[in-house]
Amino acid sequence: MICAKFAKRYASFELELELIAEAGVTVLFGASGAGKTLTLDCLAGFVAPEQGRILLDDELLFDAAADVNLSPRRRNCGYVFQDHALFPHMTVRGNLLFAAERHARLERHRRVGEMMDRFRIAEFAGIYPHELSGGQKQRCSLARALVTEPRFLLLDEPARGLDLPLRNELYQLVRQIRSEYRIPILVVTHDLEECFALADTMVVMGAGKLLQSGAPSVVYRNPASFDVARMLGIANQFEAEILALDPGRDTSRVRMLGREFAAAYLPGYLLGDKVRLCVPASQLNVAREAGRNCVNARVAAVTELPSGVRVQFEPELIVEMSRETFDAHGSQPDWWIEIPASHLRATG
Amino acid sequence: MAACATVISFAAGLALAYLLANKNFRGRELLDAAITLPLVLPPTVLGYYLLVMLGRSAPVGRFYEAVFGGPLVFTWQAAVIASTVHAIPMLVKSSRAALESVGAEYERAARTLGASEWRLFWRVTLPLARRSILAATVLAFARSLGDFGTTLMIAGDIPGRTQTASIAIYDAVESGNTMVARTLVLVISGVTMAIVYAANWLERRSKS
Repeated sequence: MICAKFAKRYASFELELELIAEAGVTVLFGASGAGKTLTLDCLAGFVAPEQGRILLDDELLFDAAADVNLSPRRRNCGYVFQDHALFPHMTVRGNLLFAAERHARLERHRRVGEMMDRFRIAEFAGIYPHELSGGQKQRCSLARALVTEPRFLLLDEPARGLDLPLRNELYQLVRQIRSEYRIPILVVTHDLEECFALADTMVVMGAGKLLQSGAPSVVYRNPASFDVARMLGIANQFEAEILALDPGRDTSRVRMLGREFAAAYLPGYLLGDKVRLCVPASQLNVAREAGRNCVNARVAAVTELPSGVRVQFEPELIVEMSRETFDAHGSQPDWWIEIPASHLRATG
Repeated sequence: MAACATVISFAAGLALAYLLANKNFRGRELLDAAITLPLVLPPTVLGYYLLVMLGRSAPVGRFYEAVFGGPLVFTWQAAVIASTVHAIPMLVKSSRAALESVGAEYERAARTLGASEWRLFWRVTLPLARRSILAATVLAFARSLGDFGTTLMIAGDIPGRTQTASIAIYDAVESGNTMVARTLVLVISGVTMAIVYAANWLERRSKS
């Protein structure tokens, strides 16, 4: 388990983070410039924070107050870099052997052979990195990082530059590593799908701060703030006022978009509070006619998606629907959009 | 003599380049400037400095005399020292640039894989920078070949012992021996042309 709390300041950027990563996959999710890679660099020991401490199980890797700062090579961490950083002047086998050099000769070759089999790179053993494809490079750098038997693994944008089938293969591989090694694995990404595919825990970061952390499904259901909801692609956000709260029936009534709506119970709020509610675009329904929780809307713009269409309405509503639903309504100007009460949730 | 000077400047130059590229110490840029000086100072100034430092009355010169039983100045060893000092800035400058241009991610990767700084340098940084450093060494050789002023000041002009090619040309012209001068000039031009061409070729290869 990694237990870290530290701060690093630059002239125009400040990283301040408290992070716990158990065995399993922790995804650092956020836009570029949020400080994700910097966080990995602090954990690996490339960057020394100004304050705080980093603990790996019961070993102190960094402590500003006690002046402890283990060098990267003594932290026992596997780091898979964005561009793989395979040594161009060594073969695939040479790269792995370099990582195994602290072992005795025979043992070294045994380990490297075993690792090359496991990651299906044995057939490229004598080849130089520039001759490998993106997916092969990725497997190679994972294998190289694991030869050292690291106590934690850091992956910086591992799927960058891979096409969809290779991505899925990579996710499979990471899950396999997760179950075989039982070490903390930290993955940096700005890709929401990747985050959901891999994460046991997701850590949402923005501007050098931790915005929210938890299981992806929990974070998605209860985004802690407007910003988190936006980053998770929860497209619909409303300013609302609470008219009634009924914890017994797990319901509430709110006023938004100029009318009353039913919503799920909003814990922690009082009558009359202003609150921001959100609904993912995929959870709004198209209704045949006016009804409960329905809004009358006009189509403003249509975007094609792989799985259907995304329709932007006036007033401001974004709905993802299947092609069939969209076609069934044809060119009719007025639509009724239902906002299901159980999916209307508060942010923050 | 030029080969000897090149070997010495290669070893010392590489060490200095490593120091300048990797260690962040006080006076780093000052050291860099001091190493660059021989590139811009007139050779006679350089020769004078060496004469003062290595002469028979200077501590270094006296120490050498005590150990080897003869003065250092006006020997071929002195000519080697002159060439080395003359050639080293070229090597240090280019090698520092070459070492610094090796991708930081390779060095980071090597560190996370448990490599010591020593192993990192010999197994990763140096092999990746080797072509540029080799090119710099070749140029340094050319430069030590062409030294005139510094060598003349400290090693003098003793035919067969401290007389370098460039000094021999000067002698030949002075004494009206144009045939010898012409031959030597052509030889030197040819050799240096080949060297510079080789250096450029190495430099290009290292980029591709």
